[in-house]
Amino acid sequence: MSTTAVPTVMAPGAVRGMRRYLRSPQLRLGCALLVVAVAVAVLGPFLTPFDPSVSIGPAYAPPGSDGMALGGDQIGRDVLSRVLAGGVHLLWMAPLAALSSVAAGAALGLTAAFHGGIADVLLMRLMDVVLAFPTIVFALLFVSIIGPQPWLLVLLVAVALTPGVARVVRGTALPLMSREYVQWGRAVGLSSSRLLWREILPNVTSPLAVELGVRLMIAINILASLSFLGYGIQPPAPDWGVMVSENRNGLSSQPLSVFAPIVLIVLFAAGGNLIAEGIARVMARSEGKDER
Amino acid sequence: MQYGSWFGGLLGGDLGESLITGRPVAEAIGPRVLNSLSLAAISLAIMLPLSLVLGVAAAYLRDRAFDRGFLGLSMALNATPEFVTGTLLISLLATNVLRLVPPVSVIPPGDLPWWHPEALVLPVTTLVLGGSMYLSRLVRISYIDVLSSEYIEMARLKGLSTARVLFRHALPNALGPAIPAAMLVAAFVVGGVVVVETLYGYPGMGSAVVDAARDRDVPKLQALIMLIAAIYFVLNLVADLIPGRQRVRRGRG
Repeated sequence: MSTTAVPTVMAPGAVRGMRRYLRSPQLRLGCALLVVAVAVAVLGPFLTPFDPSVSIGPAYAPPGSDGMALGGDQIGRDVLSRVLAGGVHLLWMAPLAALSSVAAGAALGLTAAFHGGIADVLLMRLMDVVLAFPTIVFALLFVSIIGPQPWLLVLLVAVALTPGVARVVRGTALPLMSREYVQWGRAVGLSSSRLLWREILPNVTSPLAVELGVRLMIAINILASLSFLGYGIQPPAPDWGVMVSENRNGLSSQPLSVFAPIVLIVLFAAGGNLIAEGIARVMARSEGKDER
Repeated sequence: MQYGSWFGGLLGGDLGESLITGRPVAEAIGPRVLNSLSLAAISLAIMLPLSLVLGVAAAYLRDRAFDRGFLGLSMALNATPEFVTGTLLISLLATNVLRLVPPVSVIPPGDLPWWHPEALVLPVTTLVLGGSMYLSRLVRISYIDVLSSEYIEMARLKGLSTARVLFRHALPNALGPAIPAAMLVAAFVVGGVVVVETLYGYPGMGSAVVDAARDRDVPKLQALIMLIAAIYFVLNLVADLIPGRQRVRRGRG
């Protein structure tokens, strides 16, 4: 396949599709929130006014003291610097876990729908087994045995999120199997991989985009919760979830030390959620269904 | 070998001894399990009727201010992790704004949770906020489907009252898809107790898991995780077994 052939075939529909999505207010707001959270996480570490791991003033110093705009934390470190430096882990871990779960879920769901029969039953029962554990408990078990390694956290979250994606993709792909173009493909002897990835996959991209947004939100929630419980990123390092946990006792005297990381976690997660919501609404409208 | 003897003991009701205290695990976690089940039961008892009323109201007032507000709020709460919702509730109800309830849920050993209603307010509210937003959205969608069907149109044309149409005619069919979802929410509550109990220091199974994982108390951790997974599994199974079927009453019109 030449690289130029793809855009000429894809372009008109794809561009119209993109414009349609961009008109959705949820999607625009979601993108804006995500851009703010990502900008803080990416640029933040270079903009810290103080070293985020060094105590500047007294514990829970009020905002403005010792030059700390948002005040100090439980041992007098600069809250602003820690917030700016504390998004890096979530920034790469959550999208990586969400992307892996969507990729794995799409592969498993499409395979199950395409082959049917015993492969379908086995794959979906396997998904049920993973679903039988509450994600946090599942993660705590492995983290307490192996240790809070970042790669392990990403892997655990990705595995825990895969079955949900696989179910959705299988459900969307099943009705496509009796469509004419799939039957035509089988009849003219296209290889099943070509049929799956070139013909069927493009027809489930919108549900996959919705899943990506939803899974991003859930991945952020789980990873931040694990940090909060003490099983994610480990305390001396700055991290939004860890900050909420370690500064909780200062909630009444120095609320900013808790609220600043909370705002960023919520911006990040709500961004993913709104994007998913926006795409789902545009999809529902274009299929002629009622907007919900 | 070790696993075999542990699993054999598990079947016989012997969960082994805690590595930290040396006491039998079953004795240590028994009261914790009771506390957690009480917390989950009280939360569900509030959550299920609340979700039903919210979902029906939003479906009936569809696209009006109430519905839009409901959708916005549910989206925001859905995206917020429970430890964040809970921390905001502590700030609002227990420390910064009001001081109505204690920020930490203390239940002395030997006491039953409902002897200390003030200790239950925050954990129950946090779980209810998380679960009811998901469930009430499903009720809303299910109700919108049912309300646009022909037999509801017919009931309205006959001049039946709104309340009668909503609760006598639409409810049985709208509940079909919502019941399996309610079971999933119950399972979500079982998972959610881990974070919520740790946040409020509530002495239940969830906080016991976190403590056992911190102490590397493997026998205790295994027993707790088996228990939580078993409860979760049973609830998921029930959710799968209850079919979300649509019934249309025929006969006298």
